[in-house]
Amino acid sequence: MVKANSIPRVWRERTIKYRLIGGKCKKCGKSFYPFRRICPRCGSEEVEEVHLPREGKLLYYTVIRAPPSDFEEYAPYVVGIVELKDGTRVLAQITDVVEDQLEEGVNVEAVFRKYREQGKEGIIEYGIKFRPKT
Amino acid sequence: MKTSRQVGIIGYGAYVPIYRIKNQEIARVWGKSAWPIKEKSVPGLDEDSLTMAYEASYNAIKRAQIPPEEIEAVYVGSESPPYAVKPSATVIAEALGITPRLIAIDMEFACRAGTTALQSVIGLVGSGMIKYGLAVGTDTAQARPGDALEFTAAAGAAAFIVGKGEEALAEIEATYSYVTDTPDFWRREGQKYPRHGGRFTGDPAYFKHIVEAARGLMSEAGLAPQDFDYVVFHQPNLKFPLKVAKKLGFSKEQVSAGLLSGIIGNTYAAASMIGLAAVLDKAKPGERILVVSFGSGAGSDAISLVTTELLEQKRSLAPFVESYINRRIYVDYATYAKFRGKIMR
Amino acid sequence: MRKVYVAGIGATKIREHWEVSLRELLVKAAQKAIEDSNIEKKKIQAAFIGNMSSGVLQGQEHLGSLFATWMGIPGIAASKVEAACASGGAAFHSAYLAVASGMYDCVIALGVEKMSDALTGDVTAALIMADDQDYVAFTGASFVGLNALVYRAYMKKYGAKQEDIALFAVHDHKYAVNNELAQFRREFSLEDVLKSPLIADPIRLLECAPTGDGAAAVVLCSEEYLKEANNEVKIEVAASTLATDILSLHDRDDLTTLRATVRAAEKAYKMAKISPSDVDVLEVHDAFTILGVIHLEDLGFAKKGEGWKLVKEGEIELGGKIPTNLMGGLKARGHPVGATGIYQIYDAVTQLKGEAGKNQVDDAEVALAQNVGGVGGTVSINIFRRVR
Repeated sequence: MVKANSIPRVWRERTIKYRLIGGKCKKCGKSFYPFRRICPRCGSEEVEEVHLPREGKLLYYTVIRAPPSDFEEYAPYVVGIVELKDGTRVLAQITDVVEDQLEEGVNVEAVFRKYREQGKEGIIEYGIKFRPKT
Repeated sequence: MKTSRQVGIIGYGAYVPIYRIKNQEIARVWGKSAWPIKEKSVPGLDEDSLTMAYEASYNAIKRAQIPPEEIEAVYVGSESPPYAVKPSATVIAEALGITPRLIAIDMEFACRAGTTALQSVIGLVGSGMIKYGLAVGTDTAQARPGDALEFTAAAGAAAFIVGKGEEALAEIEATYSYVTDTPDFWRREGQKYPRHGGRFTGDPAYFKHIVEAARGLMSEAGLAPQDFDYVVFHQPNLKFPLKVAKKLGFSKEQVSAGLLSGIIGNTYAAASMIGLAAVLDKAKPGERILVVSFGSGAGSDAISLVTTELLEQKRSLAPFVESYINRRIYVDYATYAKFRGKIMR
Repeated sequence: MRKVYVAGIGATKIREHWEVSLRELLVKAAQKAIEDSNIEKKKIQAAFIGNMSSGVLQGQEHLGSLFATWMGIPGIAASKVEAACASGGAAFHSAYLAVASGMYDCVIALGVEKMSDALTGDVTAALIMADDQDYVAFTGASFVGLNALVYRAYMKKYGAKQEDIALFAVHDHKYAVNNELAQFRREFSLEDVLKSPLIADPIRLLECAPTGDGAAAVVLCSEEYLKEANNEVKIEVAASTLATDILSLHDRDDLTTLRATVRAAEKAYKMAKISPSDVDVLEVHDAFTILGVIHLEDLGFAKKGEGWKLVKEGEIELGGKIPTNLMGGLKARGHPVGATGIYQIYDAVTQLKGEAGKNQVDDAEVALAQNVGGVGGTVSINIFRRVR
């Protein structure tokens, strides 16, 4: 019943999600994801697009056991904050992992995976997740 | 078949999912066994043939060391695309930064679709129509529960970027394709699982087409089995590729580097291509490789390649097939069935 | 800006009100508040309705006109105010400004939420709308999950233990026993809490505020209107502030401080001309035990990393240094999200009126209610002073 589904909405953000495109503020130096035209820290409009690094460290994670309805078939799954090599922080799922064998601080690398389907008949939404780097 | 200009592989990559299920675990449920197949790969819940093709292609681009925008064709061969109508090629191309100036298409020819994609891209580059082209073979093969094929139907992807001969880490010497209408294995529209002809899949299908394609290529190119350092066959199991190798006059040593079905199963459209990637991971310069795929329906592509000095420089730029094989998380049959959508919700 | 007074308060019980609709909840709460205020219904000039998810869970928007119609007072200035789980506090802030500015003399601030009509998975999907849909909800993170990340960051940074933080839930339930309106009026032991099922590691079920339905209302008016109302107890709004912070956790430098609380509190203490030690009764937004602990710190009652000590040492109990959530807080009194801000004010004012029964703080004069939206994207702080 509750769905934020929309084809144009997903399509509009696709290149940012597929290629992990962030923004770097030329004024205060903050690097953030996703790309935005205005820096969230200092309000400057001098923001340039950056292809963010594909590796980082897992800062914190949790295991989602009571998922939102459109993620029910994937539960339980891990969601965490990754700090990329350039300091940018990203919220993403951590995949290819056995939940109770994951540790904070582990090195991770970006992978391209399926996040959800808009129902069995709808479109598939893809994006970047992270897996432990071996 | 030869191209008018010399072309070759300038980058290659493979991907195998992390999950595995052991032969004995499937045997435990159904009371059969597929020994000597040890285990096969299983795609995770968030993977499909498209996501696997992406990673294999990403690895190929790393080895090729070219800007993705310069790739002008993306041909994806698979029999298990996530959409029946909507190509994986467009998503992969968009995600890799190849769009929008390119020729993109998804192709189907069972386990041969990847090598046929490669043939097509060889033609595009060889004719001078494009500078670089990407060909991918990828599958998340689905098998009927309890069927013999359930022991081997696996998941994987391999990608090859074709460019000029001078830039290649392996030059394409010749190709040969042998195709007939032979219904050994098929899936009707709307059906969840494929069907096959049991023993009919052997001599009239697999063996006939591989033998004809291999002999056809060697005859046209003036080559014999001893001219090759490696041979990679389509590998639905272990028995068939070893048997056809023997039949054609190849030794076990020539086959073994590219024979992975015992530990990752049959990755369908990716099978012979992952085998080729595994060979490229270790071949020395100036070695000759024969790849012969087989796709039900039926047909075989035979491709002959010769490695160059560039191979040793470039291959460490992306993960080896072995590193994917060594990453493993075992699942039991219930988890496997859940991942593969075999449990109705 | 002139002074604003609380003329009356009203609220429904919080539970799964299968038989009561969203509009009926609003009307019931309003009726009780108006009755409590001794001011005639037709004197109300404006209504500010705090609500987060009526559109998504009930298919109903335009709550301003809906309320005016069903209350029988069409014509008033009315609209919905939304700030995720701080909708109640934000609605109150708008109501306060309406009277303080001099433009209106008598208004009503309401909060309402009806969550039980939807399936659990859909409610979870609605609640994550408090964060970025495209880059946070997209990952499958649940709202509990985001708070779990805060929990982890806090435990790592300060070496705090879950068994100490979880005490906040035990505390809330103890006091909810004496609150008629509370959703859960039974106690839980620490062991009960720590053994309850995991929702998003490490957060357990009994560390999470429940979902439920309810509505609460506050009538605010000017000093002249208050005289007309003949109220015995004079309760002034000493401060009303609202602040935002960066929406998503991953864009922030520190997950263990809600900067919006710090900002709103600084302004509020200044406006009310008090410091934390002057607060007699505290209502904090403990949607999760970890938040309860963090709020105590961000509001100035404990040093960063030591909020859990106040709980463990009994300082937030009746008779402690800073009695907190003495009507059950979000965890036990309930948390119909958009209504919570007003419920907190209801609980705080009840204390100042001396009507808190067994939970009554002696001689309560100053009460502070802190209402949080999302994981601190918005914080509303309202301070009340009993004028003698």
